Amino acid sequence: MKRVFTTSLPWTAMALAILAATPALAQRKATIENVPEIAFTSVPNFLKLPAGEYLGESVAVATNSKGHTFVFHRSANTRLFEFDQAGTFVKEIGAGYLGFEFAHSVRVDKDDNIWTVDEGTNMVTKFSPEGKLLMVLGHRPLAVLGALAAPPGPNPPAEKYTFCRPTDVGWDPQGNIFVSDGYCNNRVMKYDKNGRFLAQAGSEKAGTALGEFNLPHGLQVDGQGNVWVADRSNFRYQVLDNNLKPIREITNLGVGWTACISAGPHQYAFLSNSNPNGNVPGSWAITGEIYKTELDGTVLGKFGHPGKLAPGFQVVHMMDCRNPNQIITGEIESWRVQKLMLQPMAAKAATR
Amino acid sequence: MTHIHNLLAATLMAGMIAAVPAAAQSAVPEIPFDSVANALQLPTGLYLGEVGGVATNSRGDIFVYTRTGHPTITIGTARPFAHGGSRLFQFDRTGKYVREIGKDTYAFMVAAQVRVDPADNLWVVDEMSNMVIKFDPQGRVAMLLGRKAEAENVPSGAGRGGGRGGVNDGSGPQTDLFSRPTDVAWDAVGNIFVADGMGNARIAKFDKEGKFVKSWGKRGTGNGEFANVRSIAVDGQGNIYAADGGNKRLQVFDNDGNFKTAFTNVGNAQAVCLTKGATPGLFVSNSNPLNDIDTGGEIYKMSLDGTIKGKFGRAGKLLKEFGTVNAIDCRNENSLYVGELGNLRVQKLVMH
Repeated sequence: MKRVFTTSLPWTAMALAILAATPALAQRKATIENVPEIAFTSVPNFLKLPAGEYLGESVAVATNSKGHTFVFHRSANTRLFEFDQAGTFVKEIGAGYLGFEFAHSVRVDKDDNIWTVDEGTNMVTKFSPEGKLLMVLGHRPLAVLGALAAPPGPNPPAEKYTFCRPTDVGWDPQGNIFVSDGYCNNRVMKYDKNGRFLAQAGSEKAGTALGEFNLPHGLQVDGQGNVWVADRSNFRYQVLDNNLKPIREITNLGVGWTACISAGPHQYAFLSNSNPNGNVPGSWAITGEIYKTELDGTVLGKFGHPGKLAPGFQVVHMMDCRNPNQIITGEIESWRVQKLMLQPMAAKAATR
Repeated sequence: MTHIHNLLAATLMAGMIAAVPAAAQSAVPEIPFDSVANALQLPTGLYLGEVGGVATNSRGDIFVYTRTGHPTITIGTARPFAHGGSRLFQFDRTGKYVREIGKDTYAFMVAAQVRVDPADNLWVVDEMSNMVIKFDPQGRVAMLLGRKAEAENVPSGAGRGGGRGGVNDGSGPQTDLFSRPTDVAWDAVGNIFVADGMGNARIAKFDKEGKFVKSWGKRGTGNGEFANVRSIAVDGQGNIYAADGGNKRLQVFDNDGNFKTAFTNVGNAQAVCLTKGATPGLFVSNSNPLNDIDTGGEIYKMSLDGTIKGKFGRAGKLLKEFGTVNAIDCRNENSLYVGELGNLRVQKLVMH
């Protein structure tokens, strides 16, 4: 895999110094051209927090069937907040819960259960719609072992029921559970609805072939049961069948940060070429946009640019697209959730 | 910096040094003053820690950003996560406690500074999360610069996954990744200047929307170089006054970062404040080291050309003595608020 950084020389040394420690900063300009712009507006003050409450890094956002919004975010402690349809704060779920340490994803299943993925505890947790603990996947490293430094060298062999910084969760129509795992493992897992292991694609090792991954960072399952994986450090998305056999890859939409698939009979995919953490020089010019595509890969349009202030994006980490005309974004570096109202667009689609 | 410019600067400096001998502080008139006892009334059970910053808004409300404890580290995880450590308190003009702002936000770790801009927005600088947080007057997050490292190394060292973007010479990356930033200031059109700081040795300039414009400086002793940048102020013409305490001087730059002159008559310049009004001047603290109250500690009042008007105070623990001043608020130049690291307090000074 070539790592092409379309950048000018003066900052490359600096960028490489940072990248050595944090490959998360990698960026890539999308190669697709002539994609129509989708006009949108950002709803001002979408979420209304009680006085004295704050969002932290808003890495995860999802809605349920009633239109409630869940935000799983990194404050001084990682917290899960629920807001109603009007954006009014309802309650906090899981305050003090063992499985919350460093938020990464929240998703809501078809029965309105709330699932959190925490990359600090290596736990995936299923909460009932009311916030009651129903099931966990993975387990937290033992505290009596002390503060474990990240071990040097290759990752240990991946185990069926132990995650290493998992990133996302999804379900097929039958209720099977899929987990992307993650920052240190490089695999996608399939479990049955009761959490029993069924299949694995990839391994603890990073790879570039189809069916291999390098930082699988986001995951969604479409209505046919196909699994969409944002294969971030491979700068692509992969689509796997329900048994995790690769079908195809999408390589022309930039870095492949996160994916969302809308609800309803005609599903769309939203794929984000998020600007990298750190606002590295030049990144605002070539990254940050979100693509809207058909499930066959036809790109319909794009929207959004990086910026510190809304409606700019500061590293879109996750999207909710239950309604494909109302995209809710969770951003890392702005501590912000935006609700974006997409305007209807002309019928002409871009070439693939 | 051109050779000719250096010569000019040296000539200017020589002229000023001749006018105000750096070592002959005994010639400087003492400014009489008093310290108001119990200027801040804390609720029972609430303690100030090391005071990184103190600032007032246009209504006279007083804001104190203080290191109330050390950040805590979560054990039993592959990456040590750091939580908390500093708090931001608001008092009314009589010193009565009003509220806490930013409780449990992600970025409050080691308080460096708080400043209030002309629109009464609060700007908080945190030396460990490497972030600058802008709160609107209602206390909501309005803009963020920089990013906290996702995890900390234990024992100490640069964190991983964000922040600490500095390179070895202190010039820093051409973006908003800071390394122990210390202060923030604005010019008349809203450009943002960040003193960055103790890890880097530079000043970074952003436009009012937070877009990186440029930065200047690196570690060193020459013109435009810094041992560290402890504090900054910007005058009505957009000139930047930078406290280069380790080099025992205050450097002056134009709005684009071109070196203009240096004042070498203020000792270990650690806190600066620019007064308002028709003929603004500067207060500059020759702050004593935390481990020594027998050295320095006095605050100078000077005009913008570097002429010392007078001085007051000395290092010590009593009222009217100072324990490592890190912040000065001079909205009213005859009624100062001074924040101390060593004495865990804010003093209100009445100048006579």
